[in-house]
Amino acid sequence: MSTPAAVRAWESHFTLYRTIWKSNMLGAFLQPLLYLVGMGLGVGALVDRGNDAEQLLDGLTYFQFLAPGLLATTAMMVSTNEAMWPVMGGFKWMRGFHAQAATPLSPGEVAGGLALWHATKASIAVVGVAAVLAMFGETRSFGLLLAVPFGALTGVAFSAPLTAWSATRETDNSFPAINRFIIMPLFLFGGAFYPISQLPDWMEPIAELTPLWHGVELCRGAVHGRLGLGSTLVHVVYLASLALIGWLIARITFARKLAA
Amino acid sequence: MSSDTVNPLISAQHLVKRFGSFVAVGGIDVEVQRGESFGFLGPNGAGKSSTMRMIGCVSPVTEGRLRIFGLDPATDGKQIRARIGVVPQADQLDEQLTVEDNMVLYGRYFDIPRKECRRRTNELLEFVQLSDRAKSKIEPLSGGMKRRVTIARSLINEPELLLLDEPTTGLDPQARHVLWDRLYRLKQRGVTLVLTTHYMDEAEQLCDRLVVMDQGKIVAMGSPQDLIHQYSPREVLELRYSAGANEARAGELDGIGHRREVLPDRVLIYADDGEAALAEVHARGSHPESALVRRSSLEDVFLRLTGRSLAD
Ligand SMILES: Nc1ncnc2c1ncn2[C@@H]1O[C@H](COP(=O)(O)OP(=O)(O)OP(=O)(O)O)[C@@H](O)[C@H]1O
Ligand SMILES: [Mg+2]
Repeated sequence: MSTPAAVRAWESHFTLYRTIWKSNMLGAFLQPLLYLVGMGLGVGALVDRGNDAEQLLDGLTYFQFLAPGLLATTAMMVSTNEAMWPVMGGFKWMRGFHAQAATPLSPGEVAGGLALWHATKASIAVVGVAAVLAMFGETRSFGLLLAVPFGALTGVAFSAPLTAWSATRETDNSFPAINRFIIMPLFLFGGAFYPISQLPDWMEPIAELTPLWHGVELCRGAVHGRLGLGSTLVHVVYLASLALIGWLIARITFARKLAA
Repeated sequence: MSSDTVNPLISAQHLVKRFGSFVAVGGIDVEVQRGESFGFLGPNGAGKSSTMRMIGCVSPVTEGRLRIFGLDPATDGKQIRARIGVVPQADQLDEQLTVEDNMVLYGRYFDIPRKECRRRTNELLEFVQLSDRAKSKIEPLSGGMKRRVTIARSLINEPELLLLDEPTTGLDPQARHVLWDRLYRLKQRGVTLVLTTHYMDEAEQLCDRLVVMDQGKIVAMGSPQDLIHQYSPREVLELRYSAGANEARAGELDGIGHRREVLPDRVLIYADDGEAALAEVHARGSHPESALVRRSSLEDVFLRLTGRSLAD
């Protein structure tokens, strides 16, 4: 019985994770919990006192508005980091990708194993957030079950293209800038903290183009049972396209790097 | 013809590797027979690793013809890689994982069932004398131990051909001898060994046949003994004069031995009889700080061929 090549490549990423799973999972649960208590309850108490808050937030409390977005932002953060330094390490430091490429695995299968692992890692992180949301009455719903795959999809929409790009880098010099100038702005302006209708008019369409916004909309809609079929399709297709295109390009950049 | 009966095991004709316009391997011809132990010897940048990576089917051939097991790396890379073991120049172990995990996971890349991977892991760790470290992480292991793990790992698919890129560079003499012994046993079991090295003694110990490479070209080919006979008299007299004086004093030695090489730190005199040459040196009233007669080695061959010493 043979196992698909990408799954066999995935096994080593997963085994590595098993050496740190306890602390990682504890973090995946505690971090969103602290964040929600601090931001959701603390800031929420202020926001909900505003005059037209309820109208602006579409009838949601601030906690209800903010919390589901955390599924998407967490997936984004975890996935981007996973697609930068560990990718560099696989080529340059520990050189695990080179080790894989010396075996019957093809560069495409090496990239495939990594993509599978990224999906796994994003899912773990998103499940951690969902477990926290399930603790609060305001966000406990069966919609969480749908929000988990949406969150994970948001994650791979980031990790796949970024992995493709990281594989072209010779050094990790640019990685902090990615966090600072791409991920951080998305985090702040991607609709996680306030409706993007609050942004200046010219920024609104830009925000709608960012993958994070699509992920936030999906997760928020799923948790509160407010997803329309049409917009859901648009969001999912948009994110899935990013993931798919990213993965296809990663197959190419991995092949270039491994077959020099 | 079935690929199993094809001889030679490796055949390269006018093999070229270029990186952009830079020529790393400049058209080499090599044949390695099954069961043979074959060496690529040469200084830094000679093109040894580039050649090994082409044979290992990870680096595409730029020009020329390369066949391994009679198969073409360009089309059958997967099948070839399934049948070879690779010890890369730099260890590629997962430092955070245990020795055992490193081995088993590597075996999985070959689609060997987990259980079988574990069985082979136990066997191979015994072979490289690391059974007691099976549960240890890689990180705290010494360089020699890591190298042994890498060699054990490269054997997990029971390869017919083992590629070793500088298997013992950076190891202390004791660790080196342990490795030589293990490689010798593999050869006895019929595994074909192809290795690169900077070390003449290693090539002399391990190789049936070797090529000396320099700047992407093969400058000599043969058995270690052949090369020594062909390019260097039997014995070498090494003389050391006081610091910096080697060059100046060399003139006193005209006519002694077949040939002379003046290195920054010593003067080498190639002669059939080293002791006689030394007696002649003394008879001329030349008194080096130290003098030593030794058998000539591949190092001397290399010096002769390239005019440069093979210091690492
Ligand atoms: N991926 C690459 N891109 C560009 N140049 C390369 C690449 N790999 C090797 N080279 C160059 O090709 C030449 C031969 O390198 P190679 O690694 O094959 O030498 P080597 O004989 O293994 O040397 P060493 O003893 O230092 O390991 C060197 O000048 C090296 O800089
Ligand atoms: Mg090398």
